[in-house]
Amino acid sequence: MTEPKSPDAKEVWITGIGIVSSLGEGLDAHWDALNGKKINIDDKRFAPYIVHPLAPVTFDAQIPKKGDQRQMEAWQRIGTYAAGLALDSAGIKGNKEILGRTDMIVAAGGGERDLAVDVAIMTADAKGNSSPAFLNERLMNDLRPTLFLAQLSNLLAGNIAIVHGVCGTSRTFMGEEAASIDAARIALARIESGQSEIALVGAAHNGERSDLLVLYEFGDYNLKEKFAPVWQREGNNGFALGSAGCFLVLESREHAEARGAKPYAKLTKVVADLAQRKQPGAVTKSLEALWPKLGIAGDSGNLITGATGAEPVTSEEKAFLRQHPGFAVRATGTMFGHTLETQFPLGLALAALSLSRGALFPPNDPSGFEVEKAGHPDQIVVLGAGHWQGEGMALVEAVK
Amino acid sequence: MSAPRDKFGRPIVVVTGMGVVTSLGAGKQDNWRKLTAGVSGIKTVTRFPIDGLKSTMAGTVDFVTVDPVTSTGLTERLAEMATEEALEQAAIGAKADFPGPLFLAVAPVEVEWPQRLELGRAIGKTEFGYDDMLRISGGGRYTKYHHRFMFGSVASHLAEAFGTKGSPISLSTACASGATAIQLGVEAIRRGDADAALCVATDGSVNPEAMVRFSLLSALSTQNDPPQAASKPFSKNRDGFVMAEGAGAMVLESYESATARGAKILGVVAGCGELTDSFHRTRSSPDGKPIIGCMRKTLADAGLEPEQIDHINAHGTATPENDKMEYNTTAVVFGEHLPKIPVSSNKSMVGHTISAAGAVEAVFSLLTLEHQRIPPTINYEIPDPAILFDVVGNKARDAKVTAVMSNSFGFGGQNASLILTREPV
Repeated sequence: MTEPKSPDAKEVWITGIGIVSSLGEGLDAHWDALNGKKINIDDKRFAPYIVHPLAPVTFDAQIPKKGDQRQMEAWQRIGTYAAGLALDSAGIKGNKEILGRTDMIVAAGGGERDLAVDVAIMTADAKGNSSPAFLNERLMNDLRPTLFLAQLSNLLAGNIAIVHGVCGTSRTFMGEEAASIDAARIALARIESGQSEIALVGAAHNGERSDLLVLYEFGDYNLKEKFAPVWQREGNNGFALGSAGCFLVLESREHAEARGAKPYAKLTKVVADLAQRKQPGAVTKSLEALWPKLGIAGDSGNLITGATGAEPVTSEEKAFLRQHPGFAVRATGTMFGHTLETQFPLGLALAALSLSRGALFPPNDPSGFEVEKAGHPDQIVVLGAGHWQGEGMALVEAVK
Repeated sequence: MSAPRDKFGRPIVVVTGMGVVTSLGAGKQDNWRKLTAGVSGIKTVTRFPIDGLKSTMAGTVDFVTVDPVTSTGLTERLAEMATEEALEQAAIGAKADFPGPLFLAVAPVEVEWPQRLELGRAIGKTEFGYDDMLRISGGGRYTKYHHRFMFGSVASHLAEAFGTKGSPISLSTACASGATAIQLGVEAIRRGDADAALCVATDGSVNPEAMVRFSLLSALSTQNDPPQAASKPFSKNRDGFVMAEGAGAMVLESYESATARGAKILGVVAGCGELTDSFHRTRSSPDGKPIIGCMRKTLADAGLEPEQIDHINAHGTATPENDKMEYNTTAVVFGEHLPKIPVSSNKSMVGHTISAAGAVEAVFSLLTLEHQRIPPTINYEIPDPAILFDVVGNKARDAKVTAVMSNSFGFGGQNASLILTREPV
């Protein structure tokens, strides 16, 4: 895994990008929002918890059949929508020949629960009304039969196959932030080695879920009370869950050129690690060990991180970044919130977008840790350090 | 064994260690003895009340207990047991220092009912909502549940316990997950990214909500009495699958690396294939093309002709639709050769181990190659006249077996096949 790239490794281009988030949908909307330093939060609905809610989206545009939409919960609709945008952007939407051999790696968690059913069972139990059969009977009678299909992790990929016809291979990786780092890493390795020619890679997250807030509250990870940019959460750390879907079309340069597709950028390297975080400083060390594997020349550049704002990982990541002061940093968590599996593809997408637009988007950080960076970037590092485990980096470069 | 590369110039991928746990027992020896004797591991569920359930039996692994009781905890422990057995056999690396990556097929993780009810009781009120749960969830009292119910928790535990290298991958392709874990390992070795890979698949998720979910989709057998007769693959009176638990683990290595260290080679993963069905969330395309394509891709990947397959370890869930579809598609792929291929479904005895099934059945396929004996499909009393497989019914059969195809099909259009051989092809 630390081997230098084989001389026969194929160049891999990013030829399609689909994003939908709290900032809107599509590349222009996101570019404008980032340049306008827009942030969209809701601090009322789940107060005192803060979330970045999905911007209004007309799902019909990418999921034309209402029946399909009904079979999905929000996380699947967000993902299926973003996947459609990516296929449109790559110019392969509806191209059965290509889609029929397009490989897919989706990074996913699980789907929404029926909160009313949960609460009815829990309150009955708290009242002492639960016979041995009670849980079984309530679940048998009250759960919607098809809800299971909206909860299964691999059914985001399943829905993308059904709605968009992406049906080469279909793999779903799980495991929070690291899942999408590995999805990009494996897709890149497969295309570089010739095991695949074209792949759809990405994730989706619905951050507007009480059950997820409970899960992260177990570990005291949620941002409460007052919103602050990721680098200004020293006194009140945590992440604000965000809703977003992001997919990329990756393909070999030969494959793209043969069909006349234009690249946004090339994906040169993806590396990942699982630091044992019991020791303080483990994340800093892990990132230091990953850095030279990217093969970056020079000590200045651009870096987009999915830093969560949760501790201790954010401080450990900051300690690493301080050792590379020539790199202009942008934290997507400030604008998009924490979108778990979606954060790394989002970083890749914004890197490719920035390279294709010839500029890094401006900082959004009153603390001054993020600095202005003029000039035309030709390389952007994407960094992801999961809130409790998993570290990774990618190098995205301009195609010359 | 001769050249270290296959006919396509790729490194040959061999198996040097295997481990398995099912409702039949822990370990290859116990499993193989019972499997070939036609013993069923399906029992009436005793782990939780079955009142009000339509299906009341499962292939639970009751001889392993975890504290606190969670499906994810059991899933993790089953994986650990299967991995320990595989590593002991492979004798690779050092203790807690496996020289390659981990690919783990694991059931999706979620907060479970005992913990949810615990939280509800801790609120101290009788009328409450998720907001009230949120108020008491923080502060460190339930930190352990954050870790337990992260999707990556099982893989990170195994990665630390066995010292696998790099970022471990947790994956789900529903009922094809086990086969996908093996496929990812094969691909990594063929690329030259690794000389060895640990591929594990595990599922310990027989709990009330999981059973209800499958039950509401009418996927489970309701022939509760006697439980051991419920799983009837290829029978006319089959009515669904039986949920089960288990784990399978395989140490994969490049042939070159295995022979260099003098490892005993147990078999070869000669081919892998996968093709997505975009027809429906739970049903196969009526024309069967994705499954047919999956099997053909696998044959092509192995560089084999249909005539060279001499046993099929079927997906064989015993749902009315799966078994019919599996027969129809297999008939297209194998044509006139099909009657000469003995077919069997391990699920008749161990039930459907869901996320683990692909790897559990790959281990059984390799044991079939080793012993030249095919485990039976039990409960095969009333053959389905529309399924003309040469089913190895009720009694194990001695046979010359050189190449086994093992099939896995899952919800979400997941189709994956493996071809396992004794020698490189």
